[in-house]
Amino acid sequence: MSARVEGYGRLIDRSKRVSFSFNGKRLRGYAGDTLASALLGAGQVMLGRSFKYHRPRGLVASGAEEPNALVGLGEGGRFEPDQRATTTELFDGLAAISQNHWPSLAFDVGEVNNYLARFLPAGFYYKTFMAPRGAWAKIFEPFVRQSAGLGRVPMEPDADAYEYLYAHYDVVVVGGGVAGLQAARAAAATGVSVLVMEDAAHWGGRAPVDGGEIDGMAPGDWVKAALDALEAADNVTLRLRMQGTGVYDHGYHLGYERVADHSPGDGRPRHRLWRIRAGRIVTATGALERPLAFSGNDVPGVMLASAMRDYLVNWGVAAGRRIVVVTNNDDAYRTALAMKAAGRVVAAVLDAREVVTSPLAQAARDAGIAVMEGRAIAEVRGRARVKSVLVTTQAGAGKAGEEIRCDAVAMSGGWSPVVHLWSHCGGKLTWDEAAAMFRPDPDRAPTGADGAPFVLTAGAASGALALDACLADAHAAGKAAGKGAGGKASRKAGPKAVCEAEAPIAPVWIMPEGAGPEKRMKMWLDFQNDVKVSDVQLAAREGYESVEHTKRYTTLGMATDQGKLSNINGLAVLSQALQQEIPATGTTTFRPPYTPISMGAIAGEARGELFQPLRRTPLHDWHDAHGADWEPVGHWRRPYTYLRAGESREQAVQREVVNTRENVGMLDASTLGKIVVKGPDAGRFLDMMYTNMMSTLPVGKCRYGLMCSENGFLIDDGVVARLDDDTWLCHTTTGGADRIHAHMEEWLQTEWWDWKVYTANLTEQYAQIGVVGPKARQVLEALGGMDVSKEALPFMHWAEGELGGLPVRVFRISFSGELSYEIAVPASRGQALWDALMEAGKPHGVMPYGTEALHVLRAEKGFIMIGDETDGTVIPQDLGLTWAISKKKDDYIGKRAQARPHMADPERWKLVGLETTDGSVIPDGAYIVAEGVNANGQRNMQGRVTSSYHSPTLKRGIAMGLVLHGPDRMGEEVTIPRIDGSEIKARIVETCFYDKEGAKQDV
Amino acid sequence: MRRYSAFAIAREALRYHQGWERAWASPAPKKRYDAIVVGAGGHGLATAFYLGRNHGITNVAVIEKGWLGGGNTGRNTTIIRSNYLQDPSAAIYEKARSLYETMSQDLNMNVMFSPRGVIMLAQTEHEKRGYLRTAHANAAQGVDTEFIGPEKVKQLVPIINIDGPRYPVLGGLWQARAGTARHDAVAWGYARACSAMGMDIIQNCAVTGIETEGGKVKAVNTSKGRIETGKLALVVAGHSSELAEMAGFRLPIESVSLQALVSEPVKPCMDVVVMANTVHGYMSQSDKGEMVIGGGTDGFNNYTQRGSFHHIEETVRALVETFPMISRLKMLRQWGGIVDMTGDRSPILSKTPVGGIYVNCGWGTGGFKAIPGSGWAMAELVAKDAPGPLAAAFGLERFREGRFIDESVAAGVAH
Repeated sequence: MSARVEGYGRLIDRSKRVSFSFNGKRLRGYAGDTLASALLGAGQVMLGRSFKYHRPRGLVASGAEEPNALVGLGEGGRFEPDQRATTTELFDGLAAISQNHWPSLAFDVGEVNNYLARFLPAGFYYKTFMAPRGAWAKIFEPFVRQSAGLGRVPMEPDADAYEYLYAHYDVVVVGGGVAGLQAARAAAATGVSVLVMEDAAHWGGRAPVDGGEIDGMAPGDWVKAALDALEAADNVTLRLRMQGTGVYDHGYHLGYERVADHSPGDGRPRHRLWRIRAGRIVTATGALERPLAFSGNDVPGVMLASAMRDYLVNWGVAAGRRIVVVTNNDDAYRTALAMKAAGRVVAAVLDAREVVTSPLAQAARDAGIAVMEGRAIAEVRGRARVKSVLVTTQAGAGKAGEEIRCDAVAMSGGWSPVVHLWSHCGGKLTWDEAAAMFRPDPDRAPTGADGAPFVLTAGAASGALALDACLADAHAAGKAAGKGAGGKASRKAGPKAVCEAEAPIAPVWIMPEGAGPEKRMKMWLDFQNDVKVSDVQLAAREGYESVEHTKRYTTLGMATDQGKLSNINGLAVLSQALQQEIPATGTTTFRPPYTPISMGAIAGEARGELFQPLRRTPLHDWHDAHGADWEPVGHWRRPYTYLRAGESREQAVQREVVNTRENVGMLDASTLGKIVVKGPDAGRFLDMMYTNMMSTLPVGKCRYGLMCSENGFLIDDGVVARLDDDTWLCHTTTGGADRIHAHMEEWLQTEWWDWKVYTANLTEQYAQIGVVGPKARQVLEALGGMDVSKEALPFMHWAEGELGGLPVRVFRISFSGELSYEIAVPASRGQALWDALMEAGKPHGVMPYGTEALHVLRAEKGFIMIGDETDGTVIPQDLGLTWAISKKKDDYIGKRAQARPHMADPERWKLVGLETTDGSVIPDGAYIVAEGVNANGQRNMQGRVTSSYHSPTLKRGIAMGLVLHGPDRMGEEVTIPRIDGSEIKARIVETCFYDKEGAKQDV
Repeated sequence: MRRYSAFAIAREALRYHQGWERAWASPAPKKRYDAIVVGAGGHGLATAFYLGRNHGITNVAVIEKGWLGGGNTGRNTTIIRSNYLQDPSAAIYEKARSLYETMSQDLNMNVMFSPRGVIMLAQTEHEKRGYLRTAHANAAQGVDTEFIGPEKVKQLVPIINIDGPRYPVLGGLWQARAGTARHDAVAWGYARACSAMGMDIIQNCAVTGIETEGGKVKAVNTSKGRIETGKLALVVAGHSSELAEMAGFRLPIESVSLQALVSEPVKPCMDVVVMANTVHGYMSQSDKGEMVIGGGTDGFNNYTQRGSFHHIEETVRALVETFPMISRLKMLRQWGGIVDMTGDRSPILSKTPVGGIYVNCGWGTGGFKAIPGSGWAMAELVAKDAPGPLAAAFGLERFREGRFIDESVAAGVAH
């Protein structure tokens, strides 16, 4: 049954039919429809079920405040739950399903909650489901979870892409109604750059629906003219389908552009999130109409008067054939007049005000509409659709009088300015008693760094509801914003607007005034969450007096519309219950986003491959082609090992270790941090950074250094080479490169800003290759070039030269205990060097080795690894590294901290080696227990295992650990429990298991 | 206190719920109390509750600048777990977790503690070794945890992307008895129970000054007048430094904004809580159906309870990567809370330089889960003027001595 009205529908194109489906039923609408208008136009009144009681629900609103008409939209990889029909543009092939019911929309088992509603008041779940203990989680909660939630979950991978956009504008205007357009014109006239965004797919906002006259034109025509002027200006950018989503500190503004929601799969990103820095933000976001709280105000067919007017004027859809209007203000008369003019029966206007003599009311009377003063709705009859209303007096207790048959009710409880963006960053509100609304208080605006307000409001968003006042306010706001953003003063006058004078609103929060408890249990405030007047009153009765308590206790305003529709009604009811003025109650906090925005848009392009893009060494592809079993290390991937056909990971690691010990191995060490520190004060600086003395290191030599935090804890280690008189090259751990560079800069910039030191992180500029093993020298010699003999390049020295025709810097350092060279070349030559070394190494049995072999090799030597032996609580002294702490220096970072009592405590656990008595491998992370339990009943500990490996060289399990009095307990046996409760015995030994004299590395 | 039960609801339903009494009274302050707790958040109310329950001290006022439970108690992501690494942390958080198990019955208010299980994902070899260590430590501490492999993770969380591409899931630390609770109800339940014991909960009462005499506390000045006391517990999370300054000492605390967000509600799709520390984000699904998401803290100190959008981006990116299906869900609401961070990211439960003044603060980003254990330990400290075993390690002196309790070893961000 079509509800379309000929001659209406300024936004639809009747020549373009659009086909779509709802719950599998094929329906047709027009280009320009929203899903809501198309459904209503096709006669679909009931669209969903409420959250708690599963009551039948239809459209209440026509915009972002709609709480009921939420649908599952799209299919497969384009399915999206909880999509508002009122802000969804219709497109060909759109598929929507209703939500929160089983088995069907018309028959929902969950509706049993509705009949139990009396037993399910606000917060009932806090008072029950407590016995027996454990029953909540096992029995009640699963049931609650299943019946809560709204839409079903998208399960397929998202078929769409999203993107970011960064922009700077002097002035951002949010809202493309007449106020926004006028504010933009006024701001643009000052010469500044202006962005105007409109959430909907069309310009003009409410004015073309509401009527009046601007500069002698109908509002619709004025909008066209204003747009023409703005489009012609080269300092103005206009954007439709873009919502002003959030305002953050320093003029940071989010714009949420729904690029392709209405044309899915057209190749464009679905959403684009604009991150804008704005000099000034003008919110021309209009106002939202409030419902009235009467019994049965949630029955499908009851809707906001302004929404009913929108559906008629914008989309040519009549919400009913015979309607009743109920109001406390003049605006709803416009709906009565429009519906009457469209040939519908307006059975009555029930006006809660005692006497109504305004021009609009007179016009209604003149049109033959019955205006009933001082009246209210006692009850709406109907379940899935309005059947009739019972009339009563507003001043009474709700004794039902006349029954008026109707199929729709238009309600208006007055208007609330949209103050969200104003409030996000701290803008305050003031209660306007006469207009019965919270509006922005211009004296308490959010201010920027210059102390001036950076958010301004324009038009209805300021509380200026009448067309003439609205445009005057918008003009002033635009001018002020332009000037505040650095524009020149403009004397251009604003437009002249004419509209009907309106009689004052009467604040009506409950209808009728004296309604009893039974009626109040049927007056909906939050339609989606099923919060009624009785619930708010219950919260007040039980002491949940703060508006935040009431919100949380009743869930008022916590639905997907976030209280846009009726939070003000709710807090007015709360104020009455507490017998205090509305401003004393206040509002809940307005939080971004204005309406929900997709997580996809927030994540933007940073998904999959582009989520934390991988850093690749110059040799990455070679590793990949040669069996690399990758391990994420920081932002890099490093080969854990190189798997050969038929090998397990463990076998591969053993092979690499053995080959490196017996022949020669090659390691891609390019990920190690390489930070150049340069300048006249560089030596002095490094003496502070490291526990060692670096200023005395001779040019050409290397030194192993330790770096501590100011709390004394060991944070990084690495080899430092002095390149020339005032230049040092500091190697860091792979994970530490960025962190340590930042650590250096923090000290330089905040403490020693007058020291002449520069630092540069050159990690990615060099490829670095370790050639490790007894045959390493032979491999280098086979390449030809510089002298790499023991005499020319001794252990812990470095030299520059050429190898195989490549410019290299060679370091004689070892992390394996073997003869070892680390060769650095410019990154672009990394692959060439690697290939040349591989070729030259062939006769010597060269093999690449990965990070795990690196770990085993160092553990066999008792070398510590940052992150294994250290965890942010370990000081160098714990690790037997006092030899690396200079005694000659006055100070280094961490020195003072290391003198604190607990740091010098002999009871601190110290590093030792551990050898299992049966040769097995101790599990990673195991603890060494002591006798008894502590005061908290925890098993006493006397140490923990920091590294544990199977040593292919020793053919047994080896480990290192921190143990109480460890170095004094050599040979003692300790007990290490496994998680399963079984125990391992290990003997305390020295940390070095292999070549204790260090002869092999120094050859 | 009239008891809550299904029968009580049925009885009240017959008279349109007109007979319910106030959950807690709203008295004017008396002239003097034996003990005053400043801060009616979870920790403050729990402190008062256990002062009465465990130590028989009921002449107590809990004074609150705003509305009770309005700070971090009402702003967190409601996760409760005790899989901490260091002994003192594991002890107090495990005590808290076990008290949560019986809280609904203890308070006669359903706080909806739901032991749905928490997984902390291991996404690098290093992280995996860290969690193996925690599992070993927990075994010795009597905390029930287990390291599980990727298949078990996938089985527990079907919506997770186990393969990366950036950080494959290598397993996770699983605490089956961890879970979530209804945060507001925890505050309300304690408030109701305290009120029933005769304690005064005084909201909208800001402390404006602290009077001391001879190095001991004498009274607090408030927006509702001067109130005398011999014992003053400062339990005010984000504003601890300001209160300490009124009493004339300083705290090693920095205050930063921590943000959280929720999606629109959807039908159940994730039963357990997942924390992904390598990518910085954690997520659970509330009983209402919202995906509840938390991330890291702002990099600068502030008191705004807002925070910058950049952190929301980072968190959402991390979670879209971990749970790709959420990219078509929508963010409903974002908010911030002020957390007070200590140098070692562990709390302070301590005597102070002023006699009779005690502080409970520094819970950083992990306070909600600790509430009952914190209240238990704090009440003991206040009642006996000396810390018991649960609080002993958390004294202020540890910063001077270098006796840190550093959990960052095991928990990258999410604490």
